[in-house]
Amino acid sequence: MTPLLEVSGVSKRFGGLLAVSDVSFSLGEREILGLIGPNGAGKTTLFNVVNGVYKGDKGTVKFAGEDITKCSPNQVVHLGLARTHQIVKPLQDMTVLENVTVGACFGREYLALKPARNVALEVLERVGLAKSAEMSARSLTIAGKKRLEVARALAARPKLLLLDEVLAGLNPTEITHMIGIVRDIRDGGISVFMIEHVMQAIMSLSDRIVVLSFGQKLAEGKPEEVARDPQVIEAYLGDPDIAEKLKENN
Amino acid sequence: MILRRPVFWLILVFAALMAFIPFHANDVSMREDLILVALAVILASNLNLMIGYTGYVNFGHIVFYGLGGYVGLYLATVRNWNLVLAALAAGLVVSLFALALGMGILRLRGAYFALATIGVLLAVQSFVANFDPWGRSTGMYVDFSAYQRLGGARHALWMTYFLVIGVMALSMILSLGIKISKFGLGLFAIREDEDAAVVLGVNTTVFKAIIYSVSAFLPAVAGALMFYKNGMIDPSIAFEFMLSLEGIVMLMLGGKGTVVGAALGGGLYEKLRSYLLTSPKLSNFQLVIAGALLLLVVLFAPGGLIGWLYRLVPRARKVIE
Amino acid sequence: MSGILASMIDGLLIGSVYGLAAMGLSLIWGVMDVINLTHGSVIALGMFGMYILFAAFPVNAYFLLLPILAAGLLLGLVIYWISVHWVIGRSQLSSLLSTFAVNMMIIGIGTAIWSTSPYNVNFTLRGFTVGDYTFTGNHIAAATAAVIIALALELFLYRTRPGKAIRAVADNREAAELMGISSTMVLALAFAIGIALAASSGALVSTLFPFTILSGAGYQMKSFVVTVLAGLGKPLGALAAGVLLGLLEGAVTPFIAVSWIPLIEFGLFVVVLVAFPKGIFTRATA
Repeated sequence: MTPLLEVSGVSKRFGGLLAVSDVSFSLGEREILGLIGPNGAGKTTLFNVVNGVYKGDKGTVKFAGEDITKCSPNQVVHLGLARTHQIVKPLQDMTVLENVTVGACFGREYLALKPARNVALEVLERVGLAKSAEMSARSLTIAGKKRLEVARALAARPKLLLLDEVLAGLNPTEITHMIGIVRDIRDGGISVFMIEHVMQAIMSLSDRIVVLSFGQKLAEGKPEEVARDPQVIEAYLGDPDIAEKLKENN
Repeated sequence: MILRRPVFWLILVFAALMAFIPFHANDVSMREDLILVALAVILASNLNLMIGYTGYVNFGHIVFYGLGGYVGLYLATVRNWNLVLAALAAGLVVSLFALALGMGILRLRGAYFALATIGVLLAVQSFVANFDPWGRSTGMYVDFSAYQRLGGARHALWMTYFLVIGVMALSMILSLGIKISKFGLGLFAIREDEDAAVVLGVNTTVFKAIIYSVSAFLPAVAGALMFYKNGMIDPSIAFEFMLSLEGIVMLMLGGKGTVVGAALGGGLYEKLRSYLLTSPKLSNFQLVIAGALLLLVVLFAPGGLIGWLYRLVPRARKVIE
Repeated sequence: MSGILASMIDGLLIGSVYGLAAMGLSLIWGVMDVINLTHGSVIALGMFGMYILFAAFPVNAYFLLLPILAAGLLLGLVIYWISVHWVIGRSQLSSLLSTFAVNMMIIGIGTAIWSTSPYNVNFTLRGFTVGDYTFTGNHIAAATAAVIIALALELFLYRTRPGKAIRAVADNREAAELMGISSTMVLALAFAIGIALAASSGALVSTLFPFTILSGAGYQMKSFVVTVLAGLGKPLGALAAGVLLGLLEGAVTPFIAVSWIPLIEFGLFVVVLVAFPKGIFTRATA
């Protein structure tokens, strides 16, 4: 079976900094793939190359059998690859419902306004924002804005969802809720590729994990394998907290 | 459906009254006042498509009006085209010009785009001032016989008046139609956050170029009609920077991003201006007052009159679009 | 051939005045991300400032630059408070429109006082002649004054505490505030200096050519061209780019009709803007 997403030999350079260096991996249907690594490892840059915000300097990205290396972000969405942002980007002066309707209108199915609205309402229900549908996006809490990011991406009816730190900045209750949403997404048949710093969460959610450090792929495998990998533990030693958590997970 | 929007019917009634009242009273001076109001509404409404809907300030919007005037006058007088055809052709030509231009300058974001539009206006103006077929800096005149073909000057003037009112109504209907469409939703997304809009699947390059081109069409048609009516055109009146800026003041005053606000601002500002111009004491201070109004609105009421109404009566948002 | 050379030298001298004007725009733009659309009208006020002062005190006009710089600083503080202070932190379009509104008011008041007819400052320094070309004293003096003011600004920004504070705020406003720099004070100061530079460049222009209250608009456009060419926050770069623009004008003047020059200039402006939309302007989005 061909993988849904296939990244091979991707590099991205900013001036003198090699942010992503020769990274390859793949992701299958209905899989949750985690992407972890110390701060500045190039995780978000890798996301940006995958969904076309940046053009990689080298390498190819294939999605659902198509070469999307040169595609712009809006083309990628039409093929069924949606994403959220680490730093939320709500359309501030539009309502929550309008925000999500944009996602549905210009997503994979390129729906007309009315069906898009219905999809948006359904998605808002799923992420627990239905009550806030008529509020302006500006007035949401940070947790609400994170959910809005997820809802907008989901409304595009993607085959693959890139989640960039959707748990960051949330309190434990909100984290539990968001984890539920992610599981629900996968159970609905959508693959997930997620960046996360909350170790426990990503270890329990992911089927497999890719570890990035200084732009290079350090390790790849099942969560428990990755957590035992001495190289990974060393990479995190600069961050003793996380190294500790990795050990706990063993 | 646009037909189910109360504002749609409001626009039609408003336009019909504007057309009927001066004609019924056979009041030529009222007609001349109202045609300027209609022009203000046309300019503000179409500018709104860029500033209010898409979030791109166009300081040089008047370039479309002026070019439309030139193309229209050239076709109607030098080539002897029918006025309506000439005006439509002017709209089309100028829209295509805007499309090509937009592909280039719309790569610029925010304020940089705004600056480029000033450059475009001044570059086009100095090009036309050097362009032989259009009479360089002396411009072009409408031969009196052209009015004869339309059944005499009186008839021709009333006809252009009705046409301009029609263009005004179309401008507002266009604004409304875009506002309630999927295309409009994409534009609003661009206005709020262009990077987010791309990631949500909006083809921002194409959307921006299309709306820039669309916002050129009706002002160009209006330009053809107005300069035909005035009987002459030259580079300094066709590309009057001041009028371009007044368009922005009108829009901010009424409330950017709303159909009614753009029209209201256009109408009110035009009334205010004609009052100032005829008042002996204040005629020199038209610019000062326009500037002060703009400053107050930008600083204290960025939503303009309609924004203020929305804050007072939130439900108004559903009816007055 | 000597005609082109002379015309280019002339262009070079005038170009340094363009550079001075552009420095004012560039400083404000770079420090607070405000595109100051009062720039052109302030240049015009500088012209009329010189006209009024010279009428009252018919000394060497270039000495009058000092009071004009001082008045420019004050005017800058006033404009900052009226139109910029309230919109700091709002979208760039807000300050664009608010400074524009003030521009309209200044032009409106100026037109009411001076109408739009041309004025000139009747002051001539003796020049000198090389071969069959005479270099006018005013051109040389204006260029010298522009360069001196530019160097003074450079010294101020790099050698004094307030200057360093301005650069710090330009670099990273939040970090500068954490270091105890009051950003409001610094922004107001930078704005005032930018306005003073614009006014002084206007004053210099008034000793070279006749002017009207609307003359500032043309120099504003030139300042935009120069700023875009030079990139933001580089005062000496702006001076150099100004000289370059002047040279360019000088080089083409003998060959084409004057009426085409605006087209070339504004066309160049748009093309340069579009050609470097990323390189010079937009910050990389992470």
